[in-house]
Amino acid sequence: MAADDIYILGITMTKFGKHPDKDTVDLAAEAAMGALKDAQVSMGDMGILAAGCLMGQGSIGQQIQKQIGQTGIPVFNVSNACATGATALRTAVMAIKAGECDMGLAVGVEKLAGVGLLGARPAQATKEWTPSGRFGAVAGTDGRIGTDNMPGTFAQVGMEYGHKYGGATFELFARIAEKNHAHSTLNPLAAYTKRMTLEEIMNDVMIAYPNTRSMCSANCDGGAAAVVVSGAKLRTLSKEQQRRAVKVSASVLTSDPYQEACQVLPDVNTLTRNAAKKAYEQAGVSPEDLDLVELHDCFATAELVHYDNLMLCPEGGAVDFFNSGATWRDGSTPVNVSGGLESKGHPIAATGIANIWEICHHLRGEAGDRQIEGAKVGLAHVIGLASACGVHILEKSAL
Amino acid sequence: MSTETTLSQVPHVGYLQLGVRPHLVANECTQCKARYFDRRNACASCFGSDFVKVDIPTEGVVRSFTIVTFASPGIPVPFVASIVDCGGTSVRGNIINCEPTPEKVHLGMKVRLATFTMGADDNGVEAIGFGFEPL
Ligand SMILES: [Zn+2]
Repeated sequence: MAADDIYILGITMTKFGKHPDKDTVDLAAEAAMGALKDAQVSMGDMGILAAGCLMGQGSIGQQIQKQIGQTGIPVFNVSNACATGATALRTAVMAIKAGECDMGLAVGVEKLAGVGLLGARPAQATKEWTPSGRFGAVAGTDGRIGTDNMPGTFAQVGMEYGHKYGGATFELFARIAEKNHAHSTLNPLAAYTKRMTLEEIMNDVMIAYPNTRSMCSANCDGGAAAVVVSGAKLRTLSKEQQRRAVKVSASVLTSDPYQEACQVLPDVNTLTRNAAKKAYEQAGVSPEDLDLVELHDCFATAELVHYDNLMLCPEGGAVDFFNSGATWRDGSTPVNVSGGLESKGHPIAATGIANIWEICHHLRGEAGDRQIEGAKVGLAHVIGLASACGVHILEKSAL
Repeated sequence: MSTETTLSQVPHVGYLQLGVRPHLVANECTQCKARYFDRRNACASCFGSDFVKVDIPTEGVVRSFTIVTFASPGIPVPFVASIVDCGGTSVRGNIINCEPTPEKVHLGMKVRLATFTMGADDNGVEAIGFGFEPL
């Protein structure tokens, strides 16, 4: 292990689902303690803490410290939509790369169970038409000039791909959800572990065509945390810690560069493609080398476009790629063997660490029933609208 | 109460130009031609800071759409949200005057800008909204 390499020493996620008796601090502390235990280190070893809770009050990091150990280290409270967890991890990685410390903790947590539609705001009632806001609107635009809600936004993302390349039917998108729900049956930490038939998915409540309810990410509670360490420090630790450490071969964060339509419909493609390209370069691996991928299937319509954006298939070939069976757990590039956001659940700020936990779990050979045999390299992707994209490539320890 | 309230109509958004031939107006960067429907300090594409008003073609092609059947309280459903390519400029708008079903709305469909009333306020001023209807 090279001294300037970065490793994940310990990582964990809580059970995703409903946690009525725990608040965000409880869940974050449970995840953080779990990661420290998994790493066989303590809060006293941490040189930095980066934490995020999108719906929280902004000081989740300090709240975690008060719960599990206040050592005076720098705390970064981060917020980057659905990429918040990945941003926390990236922050800890950067601190180690900068030589500020040799070990750090990243935590993401959210409580969302029972929350309705993501991205929806109540419409305003008006008695006098008065222009306001950046568009000089006299009334709300959501619902009158397109949609602001997430299911509708991501439905359009998938439909746009269909317009460009063809073949993206309602049934195809539903079959992507069918795959992820099938995968979730092997994941005891998933919020939903029920296999669903194609008919059940297609006949479920329609939210925003072509996304039915079971094609949308599941709002739920959950936390995830990771301990990262420098290669130099890892050399001084036990053989067991070295064996279970997972190499962070690439850690990339991008935002969306200007594209013609990006301010009309969010462009989730360009920044993902940019992040993937940079990550493959950094890691020196190609998409064919990946043994498994966890990508941001906030909606079934999103998963399709990310096959293409992450270059798992030739440009424009996502429909054929999915139809080949490649992304099922017994396929050539298993995607979302955790069940994905559609069934594992999507506690926003936890997601960007939980998907890395899934990859690490397989690379360490600890994934039990859902283990992808012989997994050596994996990729984790998240995207948050506005937009931010995190891509991490992880490799099994050489020991 | 200002004198503006004697005007009988206001557009839903500032970039909708009412009149005999209603159309959308964008702020175009003089340097790289990038277009914005709201105000910018500098162009997101080239950082230039000079903009001119340009009229957007009123006919276009549906590049993407969704039929929203579940929305925030107060928003009538179903409605068809879409992205329309108006001569190279992407525009966000609803598909109107068309049954909101996957059988009636399709990708690549040709549409044109249409306006509709959003009702009058307490001063009798009528707000006019826009959408796109099948050609
Ligand atoms: Zn420009």
